[in-house]
Amino acid sequence: MGLNLIVLVKQVPDTQNVGGDAMKEDGTVNRAVLPAIFNPEDLHALEAALKVKDANPGSKVHVITMGPPSAVQVLKDSLYRGADFVALISDRKFAGADTLATSYALKCAIEKIGNYDIVFCGRQAIDGDTAQVGPQTAEKLGINQITNVSKIEEIDIKKREIQARRSIEGGYEIIKASFPILLTVTDEGYFPRPPSVIRIMTYKNASAEMTEAGYDESYIDSSIDRISETAINLWDINAISAEVENCGLAGSPTKVKKIESVILKSEDIKMVENTEDSITGMVHELISDHTLG
Amino acid sequence: MSSNNSVMVFIQQDDAKVADVSIELLSKARDLADQLKTSVSGVLIGSGIKGEAEKLIQYGVDEVFIIEDTRLGDYTPMPYTKIMVEIIKKMKPQIVLYGATTTGRDVGPRVASNLKVGLTADCTSLEIGDYSSKEVDYSNILYQIRPAFGGNIVATIVSPEKKPQMATVREGVMKVGTPDSKYKGKITNFEVALSDSDFPSVVIKKIKEEKLVDLKGAQVIVSGGVGVGSKENFGLILKLAHTLGGEVGASRAAVDAGFVSKEHQVGQTGTTVRPKLYIACGISGSIQHRAGMDESARIIAINTDHEAPIFQISNYGIVGDLNDVIPKFIKAFKAKG
Ligand SMILES: Cc1cc2nc3c(=O)[nH]c(=O)nc-3n(C[C@H](O)[C@H](O)[C@H](O)COP(=O)(O)OP(=O)(O)OC[C@H]3O[C@@H](n4cnc5c(N)ncnc54)[C@H](O)[C@@H]3O)c2cc1C
Ligand SMILES: Cc1cc2nc3c(=O)[nH]c(=O)nc-3n(C[C@H](O)[C@H](O)[C@H](O)COP(=O)(O)OP(=O)(O)OC[C@H]3O[C@@H](n4cnc5c(N)ncnc54)[C@H](O)[C@@H]3O)c2cc1C
Repeated sequence: MGLNLIVLVKQVPDTQNVGGDAMKEDGTVNRAVLPAIFNPEDLHALEAALKVKDANPGSKVHVITMGPPSAVQVLKDSLYRGADFVALISDRKFAGADTLATSYALKCAIEKIGNYDIVFCGRQAIDGDTAQVGPQTAEKLGINQITNVSKIEEIDIKKREIQARRSIEGGYEIIKASFPILLTVTDEGYFPRPPSVIRIMTYKNASAEMTEAGYDESYIDSSIDRISETAINLWDINAISAEVENCGLAGSPTKVKKIESVILKSEDIKMVENTEDSITGMVHELISDHTLG
Repeated sequence: MSSNNSVMVFIQQDDAKVADVSIELLSKARDLADQLKTSVSGVLIGSGIKGEAEKLIQYGVDEVFIIEDTRLGDYTPMPYTKIMVEIIKKMKPQIVLYGATTTGRDVGPRVASNLKVGLTADCTSLEIGDYSSKEVDYSNILYQIRPAFGGNIVATIVSPEKKPQMATVREGVMKVGTPDSKYKGKITNFEVALSDSDFPSVVIKKIKEEKLVDLKGAQVIVSGGVGVGSKENFGLILKLAHTLGGEVGASRAAVDAGFVSKEHQVGQTGTTVRPKLYIACGISGSIQHRAGMDESARIIAINTDHEAPIFQISNYGIVGDLNDVIPKFIKAFKAKG
């Protein structure tokens, strides 16, 4: 008797290694020069799920991402590391989503898989940086959550219970809760396994395929997989039965009004005189460009 | 004044003590409410918290709602969300603020999702202004200003169409207002029916560890090198770091000289850091030191030697004795705003 596990992963621009050319003249992000990577904490979430699977034979790890077609790369990487089933949800109508619209689409995809016990998210994505998608997905599913999980302490399959260590300011707490549950995972307790060479050979040519609408729950219970595991499932707005008014820009109450770059080129070095006036001027500059609060 | 249309603050308590960030937010809420000509309300959820509620009024709070239940002593998401949703539906605040703490960032998103309203994450500044979109003009909208993209950009976010406008706000960025012991506000018990099924999570234990040095998570780092001169004088570095709300770093030579412990070391054999601001005081800028800090968004170097290599990678350079420069820096920052 295994567990049904779902991991939400995001492809992100590598904002942790931003060079001088990462910002365009107009202050917008030049995504073209930033390599797209697997959101770091999502690798830890995937590892947490794979560990649960290792300890509970018969479990299945499903990985879902929402993004443009290029996000297929994080799904392939998930297959290389041990995922059993992957799906890309992609549709122009998802574009411009804030966290509310993102979590709505993810909720629809999770419900399409159905019968889940644990949903794993990263704590936070390194581009939007909100850490809101996990809790909002849990709320939309109507399930409980444990955020900032550094480690799963115990899983009791019979009682359908979990105990997890949750990092808080200056310490941690141990939380006990029942399935189904959503966890957001930090980068503290799990170290992502490397891609397996055999799995790379198996999946390297996997491509996204539209699966027929007849994906039903028999997949979960049946011993025969109806869907080829070499295929990356591609789901559009209809495939996950999402309502268009809740998706993308239309479903997003927050709007970006303005974006300012905080990158300074190093040739911008300013020599500041050792006087009260000059130092005060520098402090004011740092406050007005939000470097200092 | 009624709490209808108020600026509301979710007041966080830990072990029945109000969190600092909540006082900061109440002070900011007062400021916003004055601009909007409305009232400030607070929501305090917990057990044995009435005395704490009374202490909040002096920050200009018109009404504190308290929800007391022994099962609410420790924060857990489900009952707290239920309470916030009910009170927001009843009181119809125009703005709701949460601290961007592990608690605020756990409950805020759930409340926003339930109410289908926007939530801006981890704001460092809040302002009131106008906004136009699709030929609709909105006045007195909350500008929610926040860093994103790993701190590489600052975005101004608005949620003009739906009320309340909600945000989580970073700790330590809003100034605490001057308390006014004569301020008149009231404390109101707010009833929410809770059954055992509203408490699916149990906090089995809570461990507070001794605070370790958190160089990785720091937005501002003030580092000292050999130029600081002595262990005693390193107090100056600590003082600047404390004033700016930052963490303390050091060069290896300063660690080797015993000025400060090894956990503070930045560099190739220490910690690699990428704060928004790195201030190098009395550090020459060896390649091994630079390897650990040259990706900081902004670097300030303070050094007596105008040829010190650290200046080559700095955004601001001050040639001078750190004993003289740092006090001026502290004074300038304290006088801000
Ligand atoms: C500059 C800027 C500022 C923004 N500020 C806000 C804001 O304040 N409020 C707001 O509502 N929106 C905001 N957004 C929009 C937000 O970034 C997007 O909605 C984004 O799709 C999800 O948010 P996140 O990147 O913060 O993810 P987080 O909430 O940080 O992600 C947490 C976890 O959720 C999962 N997850 C997130 N996205 C996906 C996905 N697409 N597919 C699968 N799993 C996923 C992952 O497990 C991830 O680790 C902002 C966007 C930008 C560019
Ligand atoms: C394998 C290896 C690994 C290393 N790893 C690290 C590492 O991880 N981190 C690290 O930091 N180092 C590391 N080092 C050591 C490194 O090479 C330097 O020795 C060290 O960084 C120098 O520290 P410093 O800048 O504090 O001292 P110094 O180089 O002695 O510089 C002191 C500076 O203070 C200035 N000064 C003096 N008095 C004042 C004053 N009153 N006011 C203002 N300025 C003043 C001087 O002009 C000078 O520039 C490593 C070395 C090796 C070989």
